[in-house]
Amino acid sequence: MMTKTVAVIGGGPAGMEASKELAFNGFQVVLLESGARLGGHMNQWDRLFPNKRPAGEILESLYRNFPGSITVMTETNITSIGRNADRFILRTAGRDVIEADALLVCTGFRVFDAILKEEYGYGIYDNVITSVDLEQWFKEKRPVLTSHGRVPATVGFIHCVGSRDEKSGNLHCSKVCCVTAVKQAVELKEKLPEARIFCFYMDLRMFGLGYEELYKESQEKYRIQFIRGRLSEAFENMDGSLMAKVEDTLTAKPLRINLDLLVLMVGFLPSDGTAAIGSLLGLTFNPNGFLQPRDGHLQPHDTEQQGVFLAGSCKGPKNLEETLADARSAVLRIRQYLTN
Amino acid sequence: MYYIDYDPFVLPFTLGVLALLVMLFWKFFQWWDKLQPEDRIVIRTGLRSGKLLAILKEVFLESLIHRRMWKQNPLQGYMHMTFAFGWFMLILIGNVESRIHSGVEFNMPYYPIFFKFFLDSNEGLPFSKSFTFIMDFFLLLVLSGLVLAMFKRVNAKLYGMKKPAKPEAIDRIALTALWFIFPLRLLAESFTSAVTGTGGFLTGNLGEFLSGWLPARLLAYPAWWSYSVALSVFFVCMPFTRYMHIPAEVLLIYLRHLGFKPSKTYDFFSVVEVNSCPSCGVCVESCQLKSSLGHGNIVPAYFLRGLKKDREDMQAVNECMLCGRCQQVCPVGIHVNDIRIQRRDLLNKQVVFNYPYLPPPDHQKADVVYFAGCMTHLTPGIKRSVENILKAAGIHYLFLDKEGGICCGRPLQIAGLWDSARQLVESNQRLIRQSGARLLLTSCPICLKVFREEYDLRIPVMHHSQYLVQLIEAELINVAFSSREVSYHDPCELGRGCGIFEEPRQLISRIAGLQEITAGREKSLCCGGSLGGLSLSFQERKRLASDALKQLLAGQPDLLITACPLCKKTFQPLSPVGVMDIAEFLYTAMEQKTRTAQPEVLINCNETVAVL
Repeated sequence: MMTKTVAVIGGGPAGMEASKELAFNGFQVVLLESGARLGGHMNQWDRLFPNKRPAGEILESLYRNFPGSITVMTETNITSIGRNADRFILRTAGRDVIEADALLVCTGFRVFDAILKEEYGYGIYDNVITSVDLEQWFKEKRPVLTSHGRVPATVGFIHCVGSRDEKSGNLHCSKVCCVTAVKQAVELKEKLPEARIFCFYMDLRMFGLGYEELYKESQEKYRIQFIRGRLSEAFENMDGSLMAKVEDTLTAKPLRINLDLLVLMVGFLPSDGTAAIGSLLGLTFNPNGFLQPRDGHLQPHDTEQQGVFLAGSCKGPKNLEETLADARSAVLRIRQYLTN
Repeated sequence: MYYIDYDPFVLPFTLGVLALLVMLFWKFFQWWDKLQPEDRIVIRTGLRSGKLLAILKEVFLESLIHRRMWKQNPLQGYMHMTFAFGWFMLILIGNVESRIHSGVEFNMPYYPIFFKFFLDSNEGLPFSKSFTFIMDFFLLLVLSGLVLAMFKRVNAKLYGMKKPAKPEAIDRIALTALWFIFPLRLLAESFTSAVTGTGGFLTGNLGEFLSGWLPARLLAYPAWWSYSVALSVFFVCMPFTRYMHIPAEVLLIYLRHLGFKPSKTYDFFSVVEVNSCPSCGVCVESCQLKSSLGHGNIVPAYFLRGLKKDREDMQAVNECMLCGRCQQVCPVGIHVNDIRIQRRDLLNKQVVFNYPYLPPPDHQKADVVYFAGCMTHLTPGIKRSVENILKAAGIHYLFLDKEGGICCGRPLQIAGLWDSARQLVESNQRLIRQSGARLLLTSCPICLKVFREEYDLRIPVMHHSQYLVQLIEAELINVAFSSREVSYHDPCELGRGCGIFEEPRQLISRIAGLQEITAGREKSLCCGGSLGGLSLSFQERKRLASDALKQLLAGQPDLLITACPLCKKTFQPLSPVGVMDIAEFLYTAMEQKTRTAQPEVLINCNETVAVL
């Protein structure tokens, strides 16, 4: 029997994990990544919730024992996908042609573009940053300072930026931002013990084991203040600090608060790659733009197109555990498909 | 000589006219009941007001000639003119002719209508040749309109309309009767002419021709009967059909000349406007809720018909975005936005709000007071650009709602909540007056409209697009022209709402190439974000915005410029090219050296107002 080939599209955690497992199972694997290197969003992350484990550890383990038989193609953009009998023919912008017996789509997510939530002032006011920016600061060991070079005395985390927000066009919950905000608030408090830190939330969705514990610890040990209410708008003061207008919905009172730094918890959206590959293959999108598996419960990797499978956060928001487990599960499904 | 010509066939017509008059009087008295006593006096004394000539002139131009309809669509204008003016002339000249003939001032009402039936020959009738010619000419005119009307029903595309307004059953009956009236008159007069020789170039020749192969003498009488019945059916149906617009529009023109305007409640004037809608369907194609969402019931032709017949469509009341596109094209000039808001008012009367206010902040006084508005606070890029430009120009200004202010009141007003809006208007008005402003500047066209229409400020109120272009002209700021091509979207409230079309274009032309688009100026499309649409979902708004963007970006501009924070916010997430407010765009085009804040110079107000 000839060795079958699987093309894995997207080299984030799901794509890497699936490629490794496919290779261990004896398949030829071509891993296609549009970016310069593998690892996806993990490259920008410093530490992971809920246990503040360094993201580098996960990246390292993904690279560890990475089979040499896997053909990795970075900076590769797929321009067309055709079919010849049971085989897929992928053409890239670099005029490479890749043939495969099955496709695994692991194109993942992107974060919401905070500029579109203009009332929060991202890109307009200097002291408004996103959760991704803050994580980058942590990773680069950059001191947390305001644009005027001062140590912030008050910091606000704004939950659900571009998530659960019909006006932004996104109805879904991005799932991981709640606990990310709690983690980042705690980390910030460790760096700035004097700072007063606030989280402005709608609900706190602590769905994973250890998350609720972290949330509790953040209040009891780190004195993070949680205010239930959505930010309506932010104004810039003369000194570059921000005046946030929020309604405290638990006390039913409007609230104005001065903040030296505002962190926007940007939500999960389908990546450009997810949209592009989904369209090229004619896959079904769910109303939020993520890819829709044939049956969420029973056929979570199958699509309407035979031989095309899905894994990871191209299907919707997922934490890292779920992403990796989903990738492994997809490999089982592909093995079943290719050996039958 | 005094005699009354009579034949039983005139009965249907005479009774029909009687029924029509009774119905019209009854309707009118019902409306009259809604009038305030002082308005009744205005209406009663109106005829003596010296405006009569102007009123008659407009009635002639609009009700008979259909001038505005001509402007909208010449083919439609001609069609309406032939019916109205042609028929009117037939009645008028018929009366003159018959009176000259009978020699008495009093005529039975049917006599001029059926004059040819009672006329044995033209002998002894003065000017008979001229009369028969003129009467045949106007009959031909009406018939030419009838042919066009029939074509319109079959193929509305000829008239630049995808679909005419769909008539209801009773409208169809009246329409059929109307279509039959003139061909029947033609036949009746022709057959009679074959016997009596009283016809002109049309009826005479046709009569001669028909009598060659038809028993004209036998057919004449049934033709007169049919003509009378067709008239009767039309008159009896008329008060219940769209043809009610004929008498209502005359009344409407009269009222407008006496200074009647739409008020805040659904009153006498509203009822007359509603009844003046001829369901011509010009508005059908202007409605984006129809073209983008397929909600055809929202358009005025159907909304007003429902209202007229006490079958009000609540969706049409609440979903409408009040963009004003239908009003813009309405040949009768019906204030349908006001009518919809009035209906909302009826719905919401019992809602009571309680607004406690914070004590007003202590402001310094300034000549130019800038009021950004709530929507601009949600798009801080705009207010920042305006502030930077004002600082660079050295304008001494006060940012009145810098830390948030009171809503201008327009959103509540649009929802029909006048009393609540009033509270906001009064509080805000007090704040603006206390500031000592000589000029009020705003970034939000929604605020602008209500400041101009509902506030008693007694100072000029300007949108920043107007003010900034003056700053350029006064050389207080210097701008660099770039080769970028941009497209400009006229916001509803700024363009159709406040009539500001030119200043934004002047401003843009100073800094970039401006593409003209088909749906520009008065025809501009609504972005879909409108505060007017009370019941539109976000998905529907998205579709409206995407469709509008297709038109705006047809010329593939580098940027889309608008002048309303709400339009910017609506387009931004969906546009493949950048979307900027005109102030932001201007700020990017300012030469670097002029972008830094100038030491504040106090421009005295006379200068500033002179700059206006």
